[in-house]
Amino acid sequence: MRGKYFMSLKIALAGNPNSGKTTLFNALTASAQYVGNWPGVTVEKKEGQIKGINATLVDLPGIYSLSPYSLEETIARDYIVNEKPDIIISIVDASNLERNLYLTTQIIELGIPVVVALNMMDVVQKRGDEIDICVLEKALRCTVVPISAVSLKGLETLVKKITETPGKPKPLPFSRDIERALDGIYRIIKGVEPFDKYEPRWLSVKLFERDADIYKNVPPEIRECIERAIKAAEEKYDDDSESIIINDRYEQIARLLCGIHKKACPKTSVSEKIDKIMTNRVLALPLFFVIMWGVYYFSIQIAGDITTGWMEEIIEWLSAGAETLLLAWGAPIWAVSLISGGIISGVGAVLVFVPQLIVLYFFLSILEDSGYMARVAFIMDRIFRRFGLSGKSFIPMLIGTGCTVPGIMASRTIESESDRRMTVMLTPFIPCGAKLPVFAMFTGFIFSDASWVGPSMYLVGIAMVIISGLILKRTKPFAGKNAPFVMELPDYRLPRISGTAKNVWDKTKSFIIKAGTVIFAASAVIWFFKSFSFSLEYLGEDGIGQSMLAGFGRLIAPVFSPLGFGRWPYAVASISGMAAKEMVVSVFAVLEPAGIFFTPVSAYAFMIFTLLAAPCIAAIGATRREMGSVKWTLFAVLYQTGLAYFMALLVNQAGSLLFADAERVQFIFAGAADEGHAVSLAGNPMVYIMAAAVILFVILAVIKRRKPSILGGGFNIPAEKRRGRHGGCAGCSGCGGANTRRY
Amino acid sequence: MTLKQVPCGRQVKVVRLNGKGALRRRFMDMGITRGAVVSMRKVAPLGDPIEVSVRGYALSIRKEDAANVIVE
Repeated sequence: MRGKYFMSLKIALAGNPNSGKTTLFNALTASAQYVGNWPGVTVEKKEGQIKGINATLVDLPGIYSLSPYSLEETIARDYIVNEKPDIIISIVDASNLERNLYLTTQIIELGIPVVVALNMMDVVQKRGDEIDICVLEKALRCTVVPISAVSLKGLETLVKKITETPGKPKPLPFSRDIERALDGIYRIIKGVEPFDKYEPRWLSVKLFERDADIYKNVPPEIRECIERAIKAAEEKYDDDSESIIINDRYEQIARLLCGIHKKACPKTSVSEKIDKIMTNRVLALPLFFVIMWGVYYFSIQIAGDITTGWMEEIIEWLSAGAETLLLAWGAPIWAVSLISGGIISGVGAVLVFVPQLIVLYFFLSILEDSGYMARVAFIMDRIFRRFGLSGKSFIPMLIGTGCTVPGIMASRTIESESDRRMTVMLTPFIPCGAKLPVFAMFTGFIFSDASWVGPSMYLVGIAMVIISGLILKRTKPFAGKNAPFVMELPDYRLPRISGTAKNVWDKTKSFIIKAGTVIFAASAVIWFFKSFSFSLEYLGEDGIGQSMLAGFGRLIAPVFSPLGFGRWPYAVASISGMAAKEMVVSVFAVLEPAGIFFTPVSAYAFMIFTLLAAPCIAAIGATRREMGSVKWTLFAVLYQTGLAYFMALLVNQAGSLLFADAERVQFIFAGAADEGHAVSLAGNPMVYIMAAAVILFVILAVIKRRKPSILGGGFNIPAEKRRGRHGGCAGCSGCGGANTRRY
Repeated sequence: MTLKQVPCGRQVKVVRLNGKGALRRRFMDMGITRGAVVSMRKVAPLGDPIEVSVRGYALSIRKEDAANVIVE
């Protein structure tokens, strides 16, 4: 019977991590997504409109169970109990039935209609396994739809089944003695406020388990009666009530699957074969370093080397072109300077790195989607254990190589508070996508023959993480119990081009948008302060030393003298890094007339300082949200900046001693305002191709933001709602947003 | 015997779970329950954690936590 819903359907999507939930969510909601935070916490909340029907889909955090022990589980159950969605889609990894169905049986008990999306049927087929869907449906007593989210198969059927108004499912019965206890408990609690808001079945099970969240609200007299019922069962089974329920569930499921699930003859799976090498006792670590080295070598050295020249030519041409145009229109000299020497110069300096970042994001995306990240956590756990963390802390850091903000947010999965704090503090040490342009700039100008410099930043970052961890662990606030480590190692997967492309596109788009907004504005502001003296007299390039910016800079600069870069342009650049780390490059470009000089020693010191100092405002904001206190955030920022200062000092002092005769190099940037200087594009076809690509990119980025949704239900999602917002983040260079994988 | 002592490649059955609280619950949620069949797959390159196979998938746990799982 087709139900008529005049109001929008509210649908929740629940399932294990690694079950393809994100892929399904993206496939069902396409571009109509809203990303934010669950209220009051920092776990990401994703909501979207399902294409073609009048329904909202809420993506619940990936969970293995509905226990009260972790934040993710609490969010999921609270949402279902309080918001009462109309339907729950329980996504099940068909290649992993037992453990996935364990969650499904719990969801069914919540009393809300359930549709089971049996995902990864393509894997099942490939393995040669068989699953009897009809019998499974009958056994679970709810609709089961086989799908393959990644190949977009079965999705129309899924949507159809959703609109067919599934009825309330009947939960699977436990063993007789347990059922008796549950009956008894329900009779006791029935009618007691505020417990009538819960589904009776779910409530009795939770009380039987002594679920902390729910049990604590039970009045003592009632609790006594319930305890009696529980204890009777515990004696009978010689086990605690929680274990009794869990064991029984798994036994139910095993019985259920007996006739339904036929496994092909067990042979070593492909994943196992790959892992023979990837987590091999001898090869694993070297292989990891080779892979990471390769990733960054290909992006910075090779892709960077090739594309930077072309991009610079384009910027140069843009800048000169704008200048000529403006002068032809009779624009005042300051306007020409603002556009050409301020904005185009500043923004352009950062855009030059887009091609390199695309390559980097591509490789990182493949690593994440393939399942290799879990292996990395597995390998690194021993090291992280030494300072009380777990291999899981490595994942935020690896994500942080894209952007620190989602990296910091990924630390939410770490249960222990002190470990989470330490992870949040140390994650920014790993170079993020925004710091890459800074390193690439120095590499380009000074270290082009020393290919070890770029990757060395990553090694230094990792080393600082390890050393800091060891030191901090001995201090009181962090010396606590070790973080637990129980982690699934999902099968290796061949990343889909479409998924990877979307990932890379999202991150690159964020980067470009950030350039077009934050960096654009900041460049203009910097231009203003560098072009005018304190008496607001317009200064040309030669007068830059008398500008307001120079004045401010000279106040601060002495602090940086021991580090080898005690002149005001460098001080200003460092501080501007607080808005966005890429700003350092922009500021150098814009302040070029003041003369930017570095020796290899002072350059490396500056790089180290940029690497380790406190991250950008967006990341500091994320830090504050994760830490939950200003005191801790301050501590983190001071520690990071202090360490940065100390290390840069070390490099500069030691380096100056060792390389006393280092050569000074001046930085000359493309697009620097050269009065009346016409530049013609060399007849290099690659430049034209790159220019066309850039224009296409920009157009696409703008279009995808503004196009109204063409959903069948007639939804028009306002542009602001559709842009992924990360609780305050201005849009970072590398934020995958809705595509950030959770572990 | 505990799960920690099981040599690579061997398959065992879980008899009891010691310990308490969230970690024990997590083990059970992941399928390591009384009567479950677990096989020891490998040890991480640095000696810890271990990778076991349970209910059709691969799980990694630390040796010191594995010591809480009594098997036969």
